[in-house]
Amino acid sequence: MSMSVALVGYGETALGIVPNRSPLELTVDATLAAIDNAGLARKDIDGLITCNSLVQPIMYHAEATAEYLGLRPRHCFTVGTGGGTTYTAIRYAAAAIAEGLASTVVVAMADSMRSFMTRDQAMIVQASAGHPAYEQPYGPSVPAYYALIARAHMAQFGTTEAQFAEAMVSSRAWAAMNPTAQYRELVTADDVLASRSIADPLKLLDCSIVSDGGGAVVLMSAERAADVCEKPIQLLGFGEGHAYEHVSQAQDLTTSAAVMSGQAAYEQAGIGPADVDLAQLYDCFTPALLIQLEDLGFCEKGAGGQYLQSGITKPGGALPVNTHGGMLSHCHPGNPGAFFGLTEAIRQLWGQAGERQQQNLQHVLLHAQGGIMSSHATLIIGAR
Amino acid sequence: MSEQRVSPTITPLTQPYFDACNEGRLVIQQCDGCARWQFYPRHVCSHCGGGDLLWKEAAGTGRVASYTVVRRAISKAYTAPYVIALIDLDEGVRMMTQLREVDPDTVSVGQCVEVLFEQWVGEDSLPVFRPVKNVVGE
Repeated sequence: MSMSVALVGYGETALGIVPNRSPLELTVDATLAAIDNAGLARKDIDGLITCNSLVQPIMYHAEATAEYLGLRPRHCFTVGTGGGTTYTAIRYAAAAIAEGLASTVVVAMADSMRSFMTRDQAMIVQASAGHPAYEQPYGPSVPAYYALIARAHMAQFGTTEAQFAEAMVSSRAWAAMNPTAQYRELVTADDVLASRSIADPLKLLDCSIVSDGGGAVVLMSAERAADVCEKPIQLLGFGEGHAYEHVSQAQDLTTSAAVMSGQAAYEQAGIGPADVDLAQLYDCFTPALLIQLEDLGFCEKGAGGQYLQSGITKPGGALPVNTHGGMLSHCHPGNPGAFFGLTEAIRQLWGQAGERQQQNLQHVLLHAQGGIMSSHATLIIGAR
Repeated sequence: MSEQRVSPTITPLTQPYFDACNEGRLVIQQCDGCARWQFYPRHVCSHCGGGDLLWKEAAGTGRVASYTVVRRAISKAYTAPYVIALIDLDEGVRMMTQLREVDPDTVSVGQCVEVLFEQWVGEDSLPVFRPVKNVVGE
């Protein structure tokens, strides 16, 4: 079963450190790049879905983006579901098309955490993930919240810091082949273990990077897509799961609602984990990637450490993960962090991934999460 | 900004919790309808949706569900390293806290802890926890 909606174009902005563009201007760049890639014109776009900027928020973000571009869409919508925004926004676009709110929708998002975030904003971002009365006073940083999850996984399953480190080793092995990746130097597990401690057991190289940049895609009905696109990419399955908002309210620290979102997406797509040829996961911190590998069914619960250590996610492995380098190495501008998992997936499905190109791709699984492994969204796409 | 530790905003709903902290007592809510406990304080029961919540004094003991040693403080008001922990209270609810009177390198998941209160900002106190000494059978 599919959602009868297809991706027909994608675009990316300049990535990494981009001080000469505001977040809104990056969103505009991404939108234009995607329209151009789809072989369409601005006038063809009658729906625009964006994600607000964290560092330069705009009350009506999608509308402001449309105005900047001289678009007058029938449908505008600004989505904010944290790190999961990328895939919930894609799902909303599919719903808008199916409901007739718009026929040709651009989903665009960009931010500039690297170049435009003020010191005060950085502090607010650090603290805001926590409950204002019962968590924030104790001084947790964002890495500290994830460290609580990592430590619980270590205690329950015997997972080691060296196993977490393999997520970064894998990320850099891919990023080394990607000219747009912000960090391309190969690292070893020992390098990760020797990096500066941030919040035990997490060290600097267990943490994602901070970047500027954004991306956009164009969607339309699968029926129309066949006329404008040589190889439209179908949305095959989608699922969400929301277990809690604050980490101290998690009933289970080591199993996330990715189980729920993954099962729903697999069911709609009519496939299982063994049918996934490429996975683009949410690697804000190394333990998050490890837990997603378990919760999305790629390995048994608790076996994520050995699974990562086997090298299966690395170039040449049976389950390539984050072939662009992910947020650990490629680009992480804030909420749009997962967007590059999507643009890379399209590139892979269209055979445009250069040195990183994977063969015989039928199903790509995309996963993102918001909060402290709280809210999850899984999307399965393919060009069948 | 941020030269002072973060302090909670107290509302009419949560006043009893923070008043009790200032008196050196840890109180949590128990639902009069379904008898289950909850933390943090709410005006409805998160288990059954009921609205009759009673403030009860907790035993003040529990176990470390997880912890992290923060090596890079979030602001100058916090001095690294400090240990942030999630505690499973004996009543079955979980809360975030900091640990006191402990070597950060010797904390472990499952460790038994007990509450104490520390002046946080101004005159207001918050619960922190320390290891229970000489626990038989641990």
